[in-house]
Amino acid sequence: MLEYTEKIRETARKLLEEGKVEAFIGYTKGTVPMMNHPVVIRDPGKADILHWDSNCALNLCNYLTKMKGKIGIIANGCNSRNIVTHILENQVSRDQLYIVGIPCKGMVDHRAVKRAAGNREPEEVIEEGDTIVVKGRGFEETIKKKDVMQRNCLVCTHRNPVIYDEMVAPSVEEQKEVDQFKDVQMIEEMTSEKKWNFFTRAISKCIRCYACRNACPLCYCPTCFVDESRPQWVGKSSDPIDTMTFHILRAYHCAGRCTDCGACERVCPVGIPMRQFTKKLNKDALELFSWEAGLTLDQRPALDTYRPNDYNDFVR
Amino acid sequence: MENPYLPYPVRIEDITVETEDRNLKTFKFVFLNPEDEVKFSYTPGQFAELSIAGKGEIPIGIASSPTEKGFVCFTVNKVGLVSSHLHNMKKGDLMGIRGPLGNWYPWDQMEGKNVVIVGGGFAFTTLRSSIIYMLHPENRPKFKDITVVYGARSPGMLLYKEELAQWEQRKDINMHITVDSTNDPKWKYNVGFVPAITEKKIASAEDAIAIVCGPPIMIKFTQPVLEKLGFSPERIILSLEMRMKCGIGICGRCNIGDKYVCKDGPVFSLAQLKTMPPEY
Amino acid sequence: MLFTKDDWGKALEELRKSTRILVPVKEGDLHTFQPLAEKGIPDWNYQNTRMSPKALVYPQSERMFEYSLGEGDANAHVLKESSKEYKPQAVVGIRPCDAHAFQIVKLNFDNPEFKDPWWVKRHDSTTFVGLGCNEPCSTCFCTSVGGGPFGKKGLDVILHDLGSRFLATSLTAKGEGFLAGLKGGQKAGEKDIAEAQEMEEWAGQKISGKIPTRQLKDKVVNQLFNAPFWEEVAFSCINCGTCTFLCPTCWCFDIQDEVLGKEGDRIRNWDSCMFPLFTLHGSGHNPRDKKTQRVRQRFMHKLKYYVDKYGNGVQCSGCGRCVRYCPVNIDIRQVCELMNNY
Repeated sequence: MLEYTEKIRETARKLLEEGKVEAFIGYTKGTVPMMNHPVVIRDPGKADILHWDSNCALNLCNYLTKMKGKIGIIANGCNSRNIVTHILENQVSRDQLYIVGIPCKGMVDHRAVKRAAGNREPEEVIEEGDTIVVKGRGFEETIKKKDVMQRNCLVCTHRNPVIYDEMVAPSVEEQKEVDQFKDVQMIEEMTSEKKWNFFTRAISKCIRCYACRNACPLCYCPTCFVDESRPQWVGKSSDPIDTMTFHILRAYHCAGRCTDCGACERVCPVGIPMRQFTKKLNKDALELFSWEAGLTLDQRPALDTYRPNDYNDFVR
Repeated sequence: MENPYLPYPVRIEDITVETEDRNLKTFKFVFLNPEDEVKFSYTPGQFAELSIAGKGEIPIGIASSPTEKGFVCFTVNKVGLVSSHLHNMKKGDLMGIRGPLGNWYPWDQMEGKNVVIVGGGFAFTTLRSSIIYMLHPENRPKFKDITVVYGARSPGMLLYKEELAQWEQRKDINMHITVDSTNDPKWKYNVGFVPAITEKKIASAEDAIAIVCGPPIMIKFTQPVLEKLGFSPERIILSLEMRMKCGIGICGRCNIGDKYVCKDGPVFSLAQLKTMPPEY
Repeated sequence: MLFTKDDWGKALEELRKSTRILVPVKEGDLHTFQPLAEKGIPDWNYQNTRMSPKALVYPQSERMFEYSLGEGDANAHVLKESSKEYKPQAVVGIRPCDAHAFQIVKLNFDNPEFKDPWWVKRHDSTTFVGLGCNEPCSTCFCTSVGGGPFGKKGLDVILHDLGSRFLATSLTAKGEGFLAGLKGGQKAGEKDIAEAQEMEEWAGQKISGKIPTRQLKDKVVNQLFNAPFWEEVAFSCINCGTCTFLCPTCWCFDIQDEVLGKEGDRIRNWDSCMFPLFTLHGSGHNPRDKKTQRVRQRFMHKLKYYVDKYGNGVQCSGCGRCVRYCPVNIDIRQVCELMNNY
C-alpha cells in the first residue's frame, strides 16, 4: 500500500503543478484507525497528505456530482464504474477528469477487524501485505486480511479500473471463481414470509440517518423522495413501514446503476446489511439484461434505453 | 405543567379573500373556550402557530390588534401543505392556534416618538395589527406622527383595501400607498417601488422609529434609504421569517447565531442583526 | 455501598419488580440500553452504547397529541395529549459523559420560559446510575469539556468497578433512594474507597485527548462564522445524520402529523441540521442550502452559539461517538481546535 500512496502523491503533485487539474480528490489518513478522510487538495505542496490503504472504501465519485473545473481523482474498480455512470448520467464530463487508476486488492471491513480483535478497541491498525496487526491497550492481534475483507470485495469481479488516464500500478488479477450472488440466492430460496422477516429484522435498527443514501454516488437527486413534502411519500417517524419503504425505494433507484462498492454498508452506524437489497437488483440486471453498471461509456444503462425489438416480452 | 405544544381549539368565524390572485385570505378565528382568549393575550408583532389536525402547523403573524376583542385574525399566503389546506377550509371548521409566540415591536421605545411603517406585499399583517393598535383612541396620544408606506405589485394585491381607504381619510395617520405598476386609470395613489416612495415621502428620521416588513428584496433596498434618511440601526426594526416548528425556542431550526427567531425574535433591530451571522 | 457483582445482579433483579431497570446489553456488534429481563443480560464490561442513551428520555419518535378527523366525532379536529406512562426508571451503567449530556441539554428542554413536558417528566422519573470508565476510549475527550471518566454531573449514583465488586456511591437524594431500595451489599471500607480513588486518577491519566475550548467564548461570532476553514472542514461531509443522531447533546426535532384513516397523531421526530430540509422555507428559500453552511451550523451551535447563549461551556460531553462513527472522519476535536485557536 505504501507504494500506491507514494505514486498517488507524486501523480497529484505533478498534475497540480502542471495545471492539468485544479483540484485533486483522494484520501488522507484518518484520525481514527480504519477511518480515512476524503480530501480535495488544490496546492501541490499538500500532495503529501494523500494516503492509500485498505480502508479507502468510501466512494469518491460522490464528490464529483456537478463539480466544476478540471479534477484529478483516484479510482479503483468500483469507484471507476461509478464515474462511468456519472458521466453517462451527465453529472460530470469525461474531459473534466483526470482519473488515476488504482488496481484494488479489496477493502477491509472495520467491523470484522473489531470482531477479530475480540471487540476490544483498536488504537492502531497496521497493514503489512496480507496481514493486519491490530494494537490496543494491552493486546496485539495479527489477522489475515482475507478473513476481514468487506463482503462486496470478496465477490468483486472488477478490481481494476475500467476507465483511467494513468494507473498507479499494473493491473491486479481479477477474481474469476467467485459466486457473486450466493447470498442473494439464499434469500431467493426463502418463503415470502421468511424473506419479509429477514428484511424486517435487517432494517430494525435503522435510525433514518441516511448515511447509506448520502454515501452513495448514485443518490444525487436534488430532493430525495423521502424529503418530498408535497406529496409526502414517506413518513418521517421511525415507523418500520416507512423505514422499509425508504430502503426498498432507495434500492430500486439504484437498480442497474449500483456497482456494489459497499460504501452504504460501510458507513451505516448501526451495521445494516443494505447490500442485500441492491445485490438482488444487480443480479436481476445481469440475468434479465446482461447488464453490469458502469463498465462502458459506449452503452446506455439497461434501465434508460428502450428497443422496440427487445427480446424481452414484458418490455413490448 | 402547561403543555406549550398544545393548541387552543378555535372555529373559523369568517374568511376574507384579500387579493385578486386569491392567494391571500384573512381568517377570523373565535376561541371555543372563552378562557383561552384571555390566555392568548398578545402584543402587535407577535405570531402564532396555526394548527390543522392531520396537516401540521404554520407560524403566521397576528393580523388583528389586541384592541379588537372577541376574535383573532391571520392573513395567510397559500404556499405549502398547511396553508393550502387552510385555504380550502370553510367557515365553521375547527382547528387550533398556539401562541402568542415570539417578541413584539418595541412599543416602550416607540412611545412619544414618530412612527414610520414600511411594508411590502403580504408582510403587512403585523403592521395592520400595529396600526389598528396605535389608532385606538386609548393609544393614539402615546405616539407622535404615524406615517405608513405600503406597497404591492398591483392595486389588486394590496391587503385590507377597505381599511387602507379609511386610513387615507384620517388626519391622524399619513398614508402613502403605492403599487409597482398599474393600468388602472382611476388609481389615485402612488406608483413606484417601496424604497423609492420611502425616500420621497419620509421627510426626516428625527425622533422616529421605522418598522420594516416585506420581502427580502424590499428590505434590502429600503435599509440604505432609511440609513440615508438618518435612521440609526437601533431605530430600524425588522421582522424576520424562518422555517419553524416548536415556536418556543426548543426544536432548534430557526436559529440565527445564538438567537432563535421564534423566541428571541421575530422582531430584531438592524443593530442587533449586524452582530448576528447573516444567515436568514 | 459495596456489592459483589453477583449480589449487584441479584439486587437489580429484585428491584426490577418495582422499577424499570435499563442496562447495557450486547446485541450483535453493538450495545444498547435494554430493560433488564431474562433476555436483557447486562454487559458491565461494555465500552459504550452505539446510540447515546438520550432516547431513554427523548425518543427518536414520540407521539405528542392524537385526534380524530371523523366528522361525527364530538371532538373532531381537537388535539388531545397522548397518554403516557412515567413509571420510575433507572438507567444503570450509563457512562458519565452521557449523564453529563443530559445536564447540557436540560438548559434547552427545561428553561425558565418553557418546559418541554415530556422531556422534563421522563427526566425527572429517571435515576441515573453511572458506571465510571476504568478504560476510557482513545477517542474520548470528556476531560476537555468539563467532565471526566468518573465525572459526576447528571448522575444520581456512581459505580466504581473494582474487579469482582462494585462500589456504589450515591450523589443525590434520588440516588440514595435507589441504593436504599437495593437488597444486599455492605458498607464500603476505607480500603475500597482508596482503591476507587486510585482507579479514578489512573483513568483520568489515560485520557489522551486534550481539546482546547477556553478561548471559544471570547471569539467574535461573526469572525468565526466567516473563518476561512469551513469549506475545507465541510468538503468530505456527506450530510448524513450519523453525528447528530448518535450525539447525546443534539436535541433538534421536527413535528409531523400522521394520519391513518380517521385517526391521526402529531409526532415529534429527531431532526438534523445536516439535512437541507431542516431550514427550507415554504417559499423555497433556504438560509442553509449549502453543505458548508450546515456543517458550520453544527459546529458553531455546539462550540460557539451554545457557549454564548448559556455561559455553560460547550454543547458536547466528549463521548467521541461522532469521532468514531462519522463515515468520512470529520473530527470535532480538530474543528474545535481550529475554532479555539482562530
